[in-house]
Amino acid sequence: MYVQRSEKNPVVKLGPDIKAKIGMQLRQIYGEIVDQGVPDRFVELLKRLDDANCEGR
Amino acid sequence: MGLRKNVREAMLEAVPSLRAFAISLCGNVDRADDLVQEALLRAWANMGSFQPGTNMSAWLFTILRNLFRSEYRKRRREVEDVDGSYAESLTSLPEQNSRLEIVEFRNALKLLPSEQRESLILVGASGFSYEEAAQICGCAVGTIKSRVNRARSRLAEILSIDSASDFGPDRETRAVANSDIVRNDRS
Repeated sequence: MYVQRSEKNPVVKLGPDIKAKIGMQLRQIYGEIVDQGVPDRFVELLKRLDDANCEGR
Repeated sequence: MGLRKNVREAMLEAVPSLRAFAISLCGNVDRADDLVQEALLRAWANMGSFQPGTNMSAWLFTILRNLFRSEYRKRRREVEDVDGSYAESLTSLPEQNSRLEIVEFRNALKLLPSEQRESLILVGASGFSYEEAAQICGCAVGTIKSRVNRARSRLAEILSIDSASDFGPDRETRAVANSDIVRNDRS
């Protein structure tokens, strides 16, 4: 949990602000993909699977 | 039928997050989408082993991760984002944080050991609890916690974050100082 820094700042414990900042950046990168929604290929794939399933009964 | 429809909807609902996780694993959008497709097919074929009432999303993540580990990982690091397709997929990003900051952050993320990276993403971005992440990765809760802590520390170190105020106007200067890390994306 410690970050080695220069002699001016020998050891810095990660505070909640840093955790929050990292979390924010992480969610932004992740969110960019999530916001793309569900590509058509997956909608079609599941529909095909579902249809095949119904016919199989 | 009604049940099957619910399953289908639950799977579709999980797809966006599943894709984001897959991209973080293999660093390439096309391959990640293939991985998601394989995971969905496998999940569908093994629906009998899904316990209704449990977390569908966590179940799908587990399947996807296992697939990645068993098949994709054999191809080693050639799947890294050599062609920049991951970056390309993000070109429509609105100007929230500065573009440079995000590029830096993503590069820093790549420098983490894969176990640390996936643990951090599962807990910090996918929104799973430590317990769920442990289940997905097939390890102890304590292991996940330790990986997440180490991942955060390492990120802070790479990005030279001392405090949140560090993400201020001075970023350009530090980015230059860190250019050995971000060089690849700054040309």
